[in-house]
Amino acid sequence: MSSRNSSVSKGVDWTVVALYAILVAIGILCIFMVEYRSGSNWLQLFLGGKSNYSKQLIFAGFCTLVAAFILMADSKLFTAFANLTYAFGILLMLATFVIGKDIKGSKSWIAMGGGFNLQPAELCKIFVALALAKYLSMQNTDFSKLKSQLIAGGIVLLPAVLSRLQHETGLALVYLSFFIAMYREGLPAGILVTGLSFGALVVATLIVDPNILAITLTVIALLIIYFTRRQIKRNSKLLLIIIATWAVCVGVQRFAVPYIFNNVFECYQSQRIYSAVGKDYDCSQNKHNKTESATPGAKTFKPDDYNVRQSKIAIGSGGFWGRGFLKGTQTRGKYVPEQHSDFIFTSLGEAFGFVGCAIFLLLYLFLLIRITVIAERQRSTFSRVYAYSVASVMFFHIAVNVCMTIGLFPIIGIALPLISYGGSSLLTFTVLIFILLRLDADRQMVLR
Amino acid sequence: MSVFNQSRGRVVQIIFGAVFIIILIQLINLQVFSAKYKLAAENNAIYRKIIYPDRGIIFDRKRRAMLENTISYDLVVTPVESKATDTLALCQLLNIDTVEYKKRMREIVFKNTSVKPSVFEALLSQELFAKLYENMYKFPGFNLIDRSVRTYPYNTGAQVLGYIAEVDTGFLRKHREEGYEMGDYAGMNGLERTYEKVLMGVRGIKRYIRDNKSRIQGPYENGLFDTTAVAGRNLYTSVDVEVQQLAEKLLANKIGSAVAINPKTGGIIAMVSSPNYNPNDLTGSARRKNLGRMLLDTARPMFNRAIKGQYPPGSTFKPLGAVIALDEGLITPSYGVSCYGSYTNCGVVVKCEHKNAGHAGNLRLALANSCNSYFSDVFRKAIDNQEYKNSTTGYLKWKEYMNAFGMGTKLDVDLPSEDRASVPDTAVYNRAYGKNRWNSCTILTLGIGQDKMTATPMQLANMMCVIANKGSYYTPHFVDSIEHEEAEDKVFLDKYRKKHVVTHASDTVFRAVHDGMHDVTVYGTAAAIKVPGVEYCAKTGTAQNPHGKNHSLFVCFAPKDNPTIAVAVIVENAGYGSTWAGPIGAFMMEKYLNDTIATDRLAEVERISNTDLVPAAIKEWYVRKDNQRQARLALEAANKAAEMNEEEENSDKNVDKNPGINKRLTEEQLEIAPSKEIPNKEKDSKKPLKGNIALFLHADDRFKVKKSKA
Repeated sequence: MSSRNSSVSKGVDWTVVALYAILVAIGILCIFMVEYRSGSNWLQLFLGGKSNYSKQLIFAGFCTLVAAFILMADSKLFTAFANLTYAFGILLMLATFVIGKDIKGSKSWIAMGGGFNLQPAELCKIFVALALAKYLSMQNTDFSKLKSQLIAGGIVLLPAVLSRLQHETGLALVYLSFFIAMYREGLPAGILVTGLSFGALVVATLIVDPNILAITLTVIALLIIYFTRRQIKRNSKLLLIIIATWAVCVGVQRFAVPYIFNNVFECYQSQRIYSAVGKDYDCSQNKHNKTESATPGAKTFKPDDYNVRQSKIAIGSGGFWGRGFLKGTQTRGKYVPEQHSDFIFTSLGEAFGFVGCAIFLLLYLFLLIRITVIAERQRSTFSRVYAYSVASVMFFHIAVNVCMTIGLFPIIGIALPLISYGGSSLLTFTVLIFILLRLDADRQMVLR
Repeated sequence: MSVFNQSRGRVVQIIFGAVFIIILIQLINLQVFSAKYKLAAENNAIYRKIIYPDRGIIFDRKRRAMLENTISYDLVVTPVESKATDTLALCQLLNIDTVEYKKRMREIVFKNTSVKPSVFEALLSQELFAKLYENMYKFPGFNLIDRSVRTYPYNTGAQVLGYIAEVDTGFLRKHREEGYEMGDYAGMNGLERTYEKVLMGVRGIKRYIRDNKSRIQGPYENGLFDTTAVAGRNLYTSVDVEVQQLAEKLLANKIGSAVAINPKTGGIIAMVSSPNYNPNDLTGSARRKNLGRMLLDTARPMFNRAIKGQYPPGSTFKPLGAVIALDEGLITPSYGVSCYGSYTNCGVVVKCEHKNAGHAGNLRLALANSCNSYFSDVFRKAIDNQEYKNSTTGYLKWKEYMNAFGMGTKLDVDLPSEDRASVPDTAVYNRAYGKNRWNSCTILTLGIGQDKMTATPMQLANMMCVIANKGSYYTPHFVDSIEHEEAEDKVFLDKYRKKHVVTHASDTVFRAVHDGMHDVTVYGTAAAIKVPGVEYCAKTGTAQNPHGKNHSLFVCFAPKDNPTIAVAVIVENAGYGSTWAGPIGAFMMEKYLNDTIATDRLAEVERISNTDLVPAAIKEWYVRKDNQRQARLALEAANKAAEMNEEEENSDKNVDKNPGINKRLTEEQLEIAPSKEIPNKEKDSKKPLKGNIALFLHADDRFKVKKSKA
């Protein structure tokens, strides 16, 4: 028994375990701050299992159990079942279209009984991470080839598409984070650069007046042609490429972006994106809005930036040192919607101020860097890719979640890892991290 | 492959780090450098409830409360929170249209920002409060805030007590350091203004945490920043409510004023200016309407004539003229002149009422007979005093005396905006006649209280105090003491407790003046005016004035040997002093000294009260105003009827159901509208008959003119 125990704990990176435990504890504390009402018997509520923080405590207990099981498991198991679990995950996601439960307008949940619901898209991150690691670590995979890159992209994007179909835009976006892991494995940097440039162009479209932007793009194109005129003389294709790029940019800016915002996105989504860059979106242009308001008697829905505003107020009111534990007026006044889940960072920001936030974020950063360090010391590609996947997913979650609470990113439903209230989210990250720890413990083994 | 991409691991770490740095920069921006979020949070979550303390009560000399506090409710709005309000329902309840609603909201936001609560509709009526209270859930952002409102159980002393009103921007600018806020009430006039700081008390502030639906979550920081309200302190005045009421009653249907002062203390017993108004009109929901109407009223009911009205004192001045000459040693009580019905020494003829020889044989006789010649002579003696070089210096000395007696200067009573009236400066005469081209003859009629001399009724009453006290007075004032008097209050009140000695004339000299004035009441002009069981001294006056008929004046003090009340009464354009002002003064003394009016004299009180002495010009103004109102109402009714007609044409159903509705409505409006203006509280039996023209001066209809006397 003791030898078994020592073999389980041997090689486990206790730093990560400690960080994990600290973060989960902070999470429960934050939820407690949100839910706390003066005068109520909080101890009783804590033990009663009725309040969200006590539920989160139960989740944490369950996750500890799962983590223990994972650490006790054989690491070969994960490579062996990687493809199978991926298939299972996709099936589960497809199943939600049939048996899904509607929670907050998104039919992406499966009722588990006992008041607990499971979100397959959440769990699917684990399976994708495993599957991606499995695919990239296969001996016949040459990731420098376009075909492999496309297959890897397909593995990642399939659940993303399914999530989008379930109107879980946030979760769908998370899958984009796997491209960071792929970048580490040799995905051409050009793809990321193009992607970022495209993002920059979209943002510019939203902020800058269309005509001015078109003129600016034209001027830039002309300048590039002027400076590269010698190369163009030698290679006339270059001119074509530049002109084509210019045409695509202007096309995106003039037609694609307005079309997407007015026809593809829901009114509230356009609104949120616009508000993230500090602009107002006129909902009357939105197709969805038009069809909605056409129905008589329906109350015209007027979305605004209430969430971001309140979230920024709560965080901003914390000041340098914070208002102190349980003293946040915005938190107690329930001004921030969804404060126990997506906007949990605000309670932290208000109570502990800039100092608290900085310490908290450094904990996160430390965890992420630690994971990348772990990744780099792996001998097997599987473990490394998986580790980078975990780091990428967590990084994306943290960055997007925190950025949306401080008004740097449009609001999409993405949880703060290990902190936000929610069993699915906590379980997912627990499994992600502890599989990594298991693999890391066995880093001397080469896994395929 | 992994070796090949080793550097990319570093790149990923750098990306992680870079994003975290961006986040930290934004956090610094939000949490450290932007104060606005902290402010927004306070506005969001901290609800500051202002606890209004009860204002202090003002008591009369027998500890009867002249005013009291009751609770009234204001509808208060915080504009940012009112977005979800059912505007239409609210407008319907308040009986305003949405245009008005928007207008008010704009004004509120402009004046007091959109995050602070402001009064949307002040002083709700009971009925409206009940309706709103039931429906408050429909109006987020709106609150019903209770506040203390004045009521006046005796319906008296409106101009003296003043009124409280919501502070306006001008007031806030003037009193910036005193912690007033929009929506606060402050004393605007009278004692309420002078003693605002005492009466106001200290407002308390309770801070609560509220949630996103404005529900109170609990005290903020456990009440650490809360301040408790301290109730305003009470004022104890020298006013006698019953005398005040009686004087108001006597002066009803007249324009004039009466002031009674206790010479022993300077405490004002009664101060009346007529026309006046019911103080209850300036509380409650009709306040704005009543205030507007009174401000436009040509008879100026809000104008306190007792301290602001300027009247030529006429013969009432004569005792003072005598005292000045006696004090200067120019005459003795036995000094006499021979008068044969006029004073002709100056070329112009100053007529005298008496022709018989010896009617001005000495001071006492001259006073009793109110001999114009005698007092012209005495005045000239004062101006042409041998001690001074010329008449200008003589006049200046005389003026100095006058000012010492409180004539032509502010007495500094504890009411705001007192007038100093006028004892002309030499500059005035220099301008009128040229420098050194005037002398005692040019300004001769000053000696009999005419010419350019004017005095306020309070100054005249104070003059009586000086004579009653034999040469000294206390500054007239209302407030004797303040509850829990503080050092600051003591400094303020001390000026009212200081005796001003103004003459050095001996008792004998004053006795002669007293005797003369007593003779006035025995066989002089006031012989017909009696105060049962009291010997009193008096002087009547009939002052010529450029505004029409003579003013009727009366000054007196009683009892003769130990005066405790000095009175000055003026009835504008009413003729002889002894006819109207005299009896009013006598009744006031009787009430004060005997505590009651003899039963056989009550009928006389009624007669005086009901006699209408309002000048014709003012009556005409009311008639014209009333006609205009009638015309406007008729026009409105006609318009309404026209609208209804159109509606009827549009919908045939209504025609069958409501035949003749237009006609009825028109008539109702015509009839009801004017009478609504006068809630008859006191004398219901005297409702205006049809055909009468009611004067809308008072809430009670004491001030009405009957065109066709029934």
